[in-house]
Amino acid sequence: MTVADRNRAAVEEMMKIAEEIYNDLKNSRIPELVIPSRTKSNIIFDERHRVWKYGKNTSTRSAVSLAGAYMLLRTVYTIDFIKKMIDQKKSSTLRELYYISEGWGEGKFSSQDDSDRLAEDLEILTKKLREDMRLRPEEDGARVIGDLVVEEITRKGDKRRIHCQDDVGDSGYSIPYNVEKEKVKIKETNAKIVMAVETGGMFDRLVENGFDEKRNAILVHLKGQPARSTRRFIKRLNEEKNIPVVVFTDGDPWSYRIFASVAYGAIKTAHISEYLATPSAEFLGVTPSDIHNYELPTDDLTKEDIAALKSELSDPRFKDDFWENEIKLQLKMGKKSEQQALAKYGLDYVTDVYLPEKLAEMGYEI
Amino acid sequence: MHSIAEGLAKKQRKISVAEFFERNKQILGFDTSTRALITSVKEAVDNALDACEEAGILPDILVELKSIDDDEYLIIVEDNGPGIVRKQIPHVFARLLYGSRFHSLKQSRGQQGIGISAAVLYSQLTTGKPTVVTSKIGDGFPAHRCTLLIDTKKNRPEILHDEMTHWEKSSGTRIELAMRGSYVRNRKQSVYGYLRSTAIVNPHAHITFIEPNGNKIVFERVTDKLPPQPREIKPHPYGIELGTFIKMAKESKARKLTSFLSSEFSSVSLQKAKEIIKIAGLDPSISPNKISLEDAKRIVDAFKKVKLMSPPTDCLSPIGEILIKRGLRKEMDALSPEFISTDKRNPSVYSGIPFMVETGIVYGGNLPADERVEILRFANRVPLLYQEGDCVITRGIKNMDWRRYGLQQRGGKGIPFGPAIILVHISSVNIPFTSESKEAIANVEEIEKEVKLSLQQCARKMKGHLSKKDRKVKAKNKFTLISKILPEIAKKSSEMLGKPTPPIDDVITKIMNIIWIDDDVQYEDGKIKSTISITNYKNKPQSFELYAALPDERELGEIKPEAQKVEEEYIMWKIEKIKPAEKIELSFQLMGMEKGDFEENILYVRGIDPVNVIGAEKWEGD
Repeated sequence: MTVADRNRAAVEEMMKIAEEIYNDLKNSRIPELVIPSRTKSNIIFDERHRVWKYGKNTSTRSAVSLAGAYMLLRTVYTIDFIKKMIDQKKSSTLRELYYISEGWGEGKFSSQDDSDRLAEDLEILTKKLREDMRLRPEEDGARVIGDLVVEEITRKGDKRRIHCQDDVGDSGYSIPYNVEKEKVKIKETNAKIVMAVETGGMFDRLVENGFDEKRNAILVHLKGQPARSTRRFIKRLNEEKNIPVVVFTDGDPWSYRIFASVAYGAIKTAHISEYLATPSAEFLGVTPSDIHNYELPTDDLTKEDIAALKSELSDPRFKDDFWENEIKLQLKMGKKSEQQALAKYGLDYVTDVYLPEKLAEMGYEI
Repeated sequence: MHSIAEGLAKKQRKISVAEFFERNKQILGFDTSTRALITSVKEAVDNALDACEEAGILPDILVELKSIDDDEYLIIVEDNGPGIVRKQIPHVFARLLYGSRFHSLKQSRGQQGIGISAAVLYSQLTTGKPTVVTSKIGDGFPAHRCTLLIDTKKNRPEILHDEMTHWEKSSGTRIELAMRGSYVRNRKQSVYGYLRSTAIVNPHAHITFIEPNGNKIVFERVTDKLPPQPREIKPHPYGIELGTFIKMAKESKARKLTSFLSSEFSSVSLQKAKEIIKIAGLDPSISPNKISLEDAKRIVDAFKKVKLMSPPTDCLSPIGEILIKRGLRKEMDALSPEFISTDKRNPSVYSGIPFMVETGIVYGGNLPADERVEILRFANRVPLLYQEGDCVITRGIKNMDWRRYGLQQRGGKGIPFGPAIILVHISSVNIPFTSESKEAIANVEEIEKEVKLSLQQCARKMKGHLSKKDRKVKAKNKFTLISKILPEIAKKSSEMLGKPTPPIDDVITKIMNIIWIDDDVQYEDGKIKSTISITNYKNKPQSFELYAALPDERELGEIKPEAQKVEEEYIMWKIEKIKPAEKIELSFQLMGMEKGDFEENILYVRGIDPVNVIGAEKWEGD
């Protein structure tokens, strides 16, 4: 399937939605669309893909309410816009979608959150990816450094081979927004492990200390909550090249959510978890136990941190012994640490002591 | 050798009026320099209003404050009242506890007669300067100008100057007194705040206020009608105290006990008088002047054992709902309030003393939404500015659950929060104040109950307005939906699919599925025309009863179409089988109204599920 084929299939599915709304009106029915509820309480574990997906609860966007009617109007306008855009072989960012709606009269979005959410709704309704509708996020995926060769189709249509150590600068290979096979092929690699790193500071520390070469690791910078393409790229490395994935973040509730979105799937994108999540990914640290064992410098948990930790205790994705013990431990300590707090013991400590110890503990021989 | 008692007696004699004053500054209302100014203005204005009303003159009052020094002000209060005869001037202004109202049971502002002379004394104690009073009792009479001091040893006036003078006014009184004080603005406890509040509950008064900086504020009059003159009533046996009873008996001109009881008390017939005396076990023919303390006790006890009618209540002079509303609307104009509701209770009685509660609530506009509501307390048309926490009015407000009426209140107790001002006016022939400063009303169960009942009624009206507004917003959303959004969806989707635009009428009826009631109130030449329109957006004919609430003190004009019932409080129309998409109009007129007296209808429905109706509430019964 080429990129154009995928686009055509997406348009076809979207037009079915427009037709459904039209037929409701024609047959004197109040138009409505039924979408799975996108909440924490409506995600269930998919045994086959070993990821978290939406459950059976649905919410109805009905023209009986003003909000529902606005949503339906915006839906038809958005479908019309995407169809015309694809016809003209263009693409747009989610932000551009929001701004373009300025000209839609009553169909105008009230905020970008609304338009982003509608794009996700369309993915759910059509079972097609946003990328297939040629909608891009604002930011590209993150950076990669390691012993890995990728082949990218450039915008001129040429194939280009890139070695992610030799052909890139210190900032690494930049993951494009579309990482499907039609755009990016993963070629040779000898890496033993993929290490996803939350902060830029730690990523640069590992690069400067030559961790990728010494330990034969592919380092991926997550840039906070990782973009879809970053998660998709990690998943493909894991599945196609059979390389284990570990996630190295700060030791606070928000970082655990970053790990969860890499390993289990995010609540917002649970409809495409099987594309994005890497179920075998493991959390390396910083764990609350690490804070204790390594005697790391700490900050006090804020009110928001505590609320987030408590919310994670009721999040089905964190329902296992490891997370329950660690979260409870952290609530008891009332402390959190950043990954860069390891610098307490010197700049090389993280690469010479902490990571080797942790990896060995997890059973990796690198 | 002197005895201890003799020593004490000597000391007691040494306590002069000035010392008495110094010790009781707080209860007299002169404990701070800010309050001293307010209290003095208040006493003078209260006297002026009382004098004008007694003489049947529409009050026209000037209040002026001049700065003499950093902390010294000259207070001038001038009225157009009947004036005071020359002989009385020194006694009225320069003698404590001198007043005509001390023993009277009649609704009036001043009750103790300590007021204005206390201000004169405070003036004298803080500045050493005399007070100047000018008064004229009518055209053809000269004006008298007296310069006075109080002889604090003897509690007697001392006249420094007394001259006849020319005054343009046909009658009136002017007092000028200097005192130490400090002038504040922009809060309730200020001269301005007092005058503004006074203007609200005295809509017949015209008050001009000149501030120390020369700024002139005029509180206009909103009605030319003077309040009816309150009648003096005789004491009712249920509320009488032994001391007062003995005093009355000693001073009585009646020859026999029976005639004393039946002629000098309310609600006591000759029959009842005999019954009382029989229960007391006394001889009905003895002279009341000769009864012993023991006899008096027996009679007062006997009072409680007979069943008596309540005292007459036509002795009270309430303000009235419409005038309260006009007063509030005028003084709160800058806040552009969204809604003003008022309520008036029927007279009630505590310990044999008649009283009456009136309330008002100002809601919305520029009032702060997250602060405690402002409470305006009044007793016999006088604003109460201090000791809010000790007052039965505040207690009544605190003990009501305001949450159900749309205000915030933690745990359903305490002073509520929200964009509202609550006004409570209590009129009575004898207001049970907690102290001489007359700033708080004592905790009388009957009064608290009446305050709560009245405020509940007022709050219900406010809530009715709010939920109506809320539902109208929802309904307006639905109109946007069916008139704009739905046609757009039909147009856009058909365009995209290259198909004809589908008709959407059926879907519209399905989405609306309500009875829509709208109302409009128009004012023209003293008439208010209220029009109510009903549209059926349901898919079947509907029948129900519609009730329109009527305001207090109104005169009904034309009602169209003929109503099935017209009562004191409402008009009721029977709506028979209004067809889908049909619209019908009802209207009524109110005569002799002013703009703003009636601003929106409060509508109720019966015989239909109120969920299906927008613009009217469920009828709760008469």
